[in-house]
Amino acid sequence: MTKADENPAMPGRRAQYEAALRRRSMWVAGVSTSLVFLAILVLVPLAPGWEAVKKSFFNWGVFSKTFPGLLDAFLLDIAIFAWCAPLIALLGLFVAICRDIQKPALYPLRLFATVYTDVFRGLPVILVIYLVGFGIPGLGLPRPWNSPYIWGSLALILVYAAYVAEVIRSGIGSIHKSQSSAALSLGLSNADTMRYVILPQALRNVLPANMNLVVALQKDVALLSFVGPVEIFRQAGVYKSLYANFTPYVGAAIIFLAITIPMTRFADHLMNKRRKQEQ
Amino acid sequence: MLSLRNIQKSFGDHHVLRGIDLEVAKGEMVCLIGASGSGKSTLLRAVNLLDPVDDGEIWFDGVDIAEPGLDPQPIRQRIGLVFQSFNLFPHMSAAENVMLAPRRVKGLSRAAQRGRVEELFDRFGLGHRIDHYPDQLSGGQQQRVAIIRALAMQPDILLFDEITSALDPELVAEVLDVLRSLRAEGMTMILATHEMGFARELADKVCFLESGRILEEGTPAQIFDAPREERTRQFLSQVL
Repeated sequence: MTKADENPAMPGRRAQYEAALRRRSMWVAGVSTSLVFLAILVLVPLAPGWEAVKKSFFNWGVFSKTFPGLLDAFLLDIAIFAWCAPLIALLGLFVAICRDIQKPALYPLRLFATVYTDVFRGLPVILVIYLVGFGIPGLGLPRPWNSPYIWGSLALILVYAAYVAEVIRSGIGSIHKSQSSAALSLGLSNADTMRYVILPQALRNVLPANMNLVVALQKDVALLSFVGPVEIFRQAGVYKSLYANFTPYVGAAIIFLAITIPMTRFADHLMNKRRKQEQ
Repeated sequence: MLSLRNIQKSFGDHHVLRGIDLEVAKGEMVCLIGASGSGKSTLLRAVNLLDPVDDGEIWFDGVDIAEPGLDPQPIRQRIGLVFQSFNLFPHMSAAENVMLAPRRVKGLSRAAQRGRVEELFDRFGLGHRIDHYPDQLSGGQQQRVAIIRALAMQPDILLFDEITSALDPELVAEVLDVLRSLRAEGMTMILATHEMGFARELADKVCFLESGRILEEGTPAQIFDAPREERTRQFLSQVL
């Protein structure tokens, strides 16, 4: 009989030892972190160009004048993100399913899906945005079909759907074969087995991986600025020219981080939860 | 009801079934015994058309279902299979697991099925677990749900692939009780099993499989008390 057995509130030897260890590592981590920060605070201002950098990147006057305008422009990023994301999900799911089609009559779909994912995963995003965003309006389409919003968004959708399709396909592959055996043994069709048994589990498994793509998409919306839309990155560029100062870029960075860091944390949280469930 | 003739099946170079002949009459319970790898599971999966045979005939209700190119779906609806590892759908409640196939295949709505499904759960002592998810159930409970799932399609014959092998010993009895109850109501069943006591008690016929052949078959008394083959004797002395 140990002490812990007699009185559950009383920690055992192992628990006491581990608590002491934890206190010690927190203390060490705290001290080393403070030292590093202190060094940065002292050393960076000693750099010869610090005064110039401070004036052109961390200028409070420019920051407070441009920040509201940047926030306004960021609404456009969010809007582009919001209409792209669901279309990406749908197209990605469609392509993922097409890649595993067995019926010979539907082979063209399978071929299309394979070529599609190879091509769009093999190109830099910015290149697709240029080709689609400048190329298609160049056909001389009438308004509103010459809008860079539409074709720039389409470029993002095409690229991201290819990645989402691959993620979903890996999710389908991760479902143990015994699940489809069980479904088929009951007399379910192949399509119903996919729809009711495989896909729901596969999509749940790959949710964290897709969340990472969602974060990446939110950032890559800024690339559309190269074909026209005055979203936050472009707006920051306008302010930079206006004030001959780089601080608006820092403002834009802060706005992006305010959105993407919580999203990344959330994705990590989902990933950890998933891992725990699998154990 | 079911008649297997010269069933052959290979996986690559591995010749798993080497000419199986077997007759199963309506209402009969047939037990397949034999060492792991003797072909018991493969045989059951072949009858359910999950792993189609390479050669031979499977006559079921006047149709040779081993015919290559036959649509397996309507056949599987009438031949249930219960797996060693349960294979419940983890994202669905027990009730949803059971109602999925009748809903999609026979077009029965949830509402139309619910009463009958509740009866099945009650009958097998799972009434209070009907809306639980598989990970909230013990192994024995999961396996009983899997049996109910197969039963809900009202199959003509049920195949059981070592359904107690993955269970803790104290949970085996509750699953065997379900089989006993199905036996009592005249369900036609084929079991691949290591439960020799159960086979002796309830089987109409016991088949001893060895390297993809039925080496010996007969009533439980013949097989367990007076096996003809030396190999059967050897196997039984190891497991009994």
